[in-house]
Amino acid sequence: MTSTLSTIERASMMPYAASPTLEARDLCCRRGDRLLLTRLSFTLARGEILQITGANGVGKTTLLRVIASLMQPESGTLHWRGQLLEKVRSAYLRDLSYVGHADGVKGSLSVAENLTLASALHGGGIPINAALQRLGLGDLADTLTHRLSAGQRRRLALARLLVNQACLWLLDEPFTALDKPAIKTVASMLEEHAARGGLVIFTSHHSTDITISRALHLEDQREWNGD
Amino acid sequence: MQQLLAPKNFYLWSGRWLRPVAWATGLCTLTGLYWGLVVAPPDYQQGDSYRIMFVHVPSAWMSLFVYAVMAGAGAVALVWRIKVAEVVASASAPIGAAFTALALMTGSLWGKPMWGTWWVWDARLTSELLLLFLYLGYMALEQAIEDRRTATRAAAVLALVGAVDLPIIHYSVEWWHTLHQAPTVTRFGAPAIHGSMLAPLLVMALAFFGYYVSLLLVRARCELLERERTNPWVGEVCRGIP
Amino acid sequence: MERGLVHACAWIVKRDLLLLWRHRAEAANPVLFFFVIALIFPLSLGPEPQMLQSVGPGVIWIAALLATLLSLEAVFRSDLEDGSLEQLLLSPHPLTLLVMAKILSHWLTAGLPLLLLAPILGLQFGIAGYTLGVLLLTLILGTPALSLMGAIGVALTAGLRAAGILATLLLLPLYVPILIFATGATAAANRGLAWGPQLYMLGALLMLAITLAPLAAAAALRIRNS
Repeated sequence: MTSTLSTIERASMMPYAASPTLEARDLCCRRGDRLLLTRLSFTLARGEILQITGANGVGKTTLLRVIASLMQPESGTLHWRGQLLEKVRSAYLRDLSYVGHADGVKGSLSVAENLTLASALHGGGIPINAALQRLGLGDLADTLTHRLSAGQRRRLALARLLVNQACLWLLDEPFTALDKPAIKTVASMLEEHAARGGLVIFTSHHSTDITISRALHLEDQREWNGD
Repeated sequence: MQQLLAPKNFYLWSGRWLRPVAWATGLCTLTGLYWGLVVAPPDYQQGDSYRIMFVHVPSAWMSLFVYAVMAGAGAVALVWRIKVAEVVASASAPIGAAFTALALMTGSLWGKPMWGTWWVWDARLTSELLLLFLYLGYMALEQAIEDRRTATRAAAVLALVGAVDLPIIHYSVEWWHTLHQAPTVTRFGAPAIHGSMLAPLLVMALAFFGYYVSLLLVRARCELLERERTNPWVGEVCRGIP
Repeated sequence: MERGLVHACAWIVKRDLLLLWRHRAEAANPVLFFFVIALIFPLSLGPEPQMLQSVGPGVIWIAALLATLLSLEAVFRSDLEDGSLEQLLLSPHPLTLLVMAKILSHWLTAGLPLLLLAPILGLQFGIAGYTLGVLLLTLILGTPALSLMGAIGVALTAGLRAAGILATLLLLPLYVPILIFATGATAAANRGLAWGPQLYMLGALLMLAITLAPLAAAAALRIRNS
């Protein structure tokens, strides 16, 4: 699946200049009535991959949505590059690429159109065709997305990571519905990203072959401290 | 102030003030009713039927005032995420809706002897009716969203939009009414009111205000306990009450 | 950055138009609805030309309002369901302007067709010439305001049970000034009176809506998505 790299691709393979860190301090999250996390603190530095595991309903997705700033934590703060997240929100969003539980692709648009839209909203990464090639969707560029299988749609969602230039990747169950070769591709994408100094946080209950630098196992209301 | 806005402190503080406010409200109500219904002279045109004004006018005032409180508390809740403000906004809505409904009903009762029909498309009555729908919309939206905090915050956006739109609605309805001048007797104007009627009216207004405050405190306290039920202070406070 | 923002907004409009084009049968529904609503008025009120001419502007405006409400429901619903909304919320561009782009595409697909069809309805109600011109002016100023304010309502209710009827309940009282000034202007023109002031008021309402509605709708989307 690897092909010869164009100059643009090579440019986007350059390591990130500034050293990004994400820090969570005393996060408490709530969903409805239930307190899901209490006093969660961790720091993620450049090149680190954090896997969040835990039983269903323990709050993995909620935590990821809080980190993505889609939800506000009940208490506690998040810091990006040493600054309070609310203060640097737009810069943070430029650094962030999020693949949620929902794929975020439009069924009535073609594969290429979906990806073009994603890069219009964010952009800065490798060209669309290259991203599609990497995820094995090259031949499907003009297919309407609702004709794709669940796994192919998932790959399209993950292709967004490549067309957008962002150093923090937040992925909610990225391997769901993927076949073995695709899992391997995505795993190598994550590792390459980390090798360039990027940060990855993903939730999964699959055991993967990725060299994870950090693991966070969520349990009901358990206190957890990184390091 | 900062201290008072903590849910626990608000709960304790409001508990101390609830009784005095309620007693004062009762006193104002009795004084105002006696003054308005017995002491005040009958109107030379409308006879005794004008006396419904002592209920109608304060409830119309309160219907607007409560909306302002609701929108203001909503804005505070949106910007500073203060829980007490959320609870105040949410607890105000049904009270305001009740005041609005009361103003409409008494207005219609007043209209029967004045205009000879239960309902005329008078500018003020029509704006009041639209205000009722703004309240009902607010409550419907808050009911429809599962998560209570999200519901209150979403409804606060609606209340703010309504607060911007309300003067425009009022003005447009007024304009619409002058355009389609219906054959109505003009409602007696506020400036012409005599002191012997104004004084009981103001006492009644105070009574309505007190009623709102006491009801708001009761509802807000209850709502606060429910929303904060996973918080340890609720347990402490509830065990502490003899 | 500026160019990126324009690019993003243009793509949102393009995407919504493309989506509508691929479901053009559905897209025609609000327009048909507009026609049918206006049609039932003569059937229930009687065909006297004089009366129809006097109620005509009001009928056309009510039909436009209901058709707009019907088409608004879809503005954020599918984006919410398939997760596209999350991507919009997480775009580094200002959400207010992205929402503005979505409102623009709604107006292009729902408001503009009504504007083009209104003359036909106008003729059926005996509104012609000068009055028809004023009616069209009120629709030009009024229907974008309907889309803008409507976006707040549907942002607040997207994804809820019975979202359509709830949004209607929230929005109708807020729409009252637009309706009053629009029909007022047309009625005044019909009677040969000055209609300028009402039109200015309508223009002022549109300006207010352009300034505040996207902000409120963006805030509503953030809250509803949390």
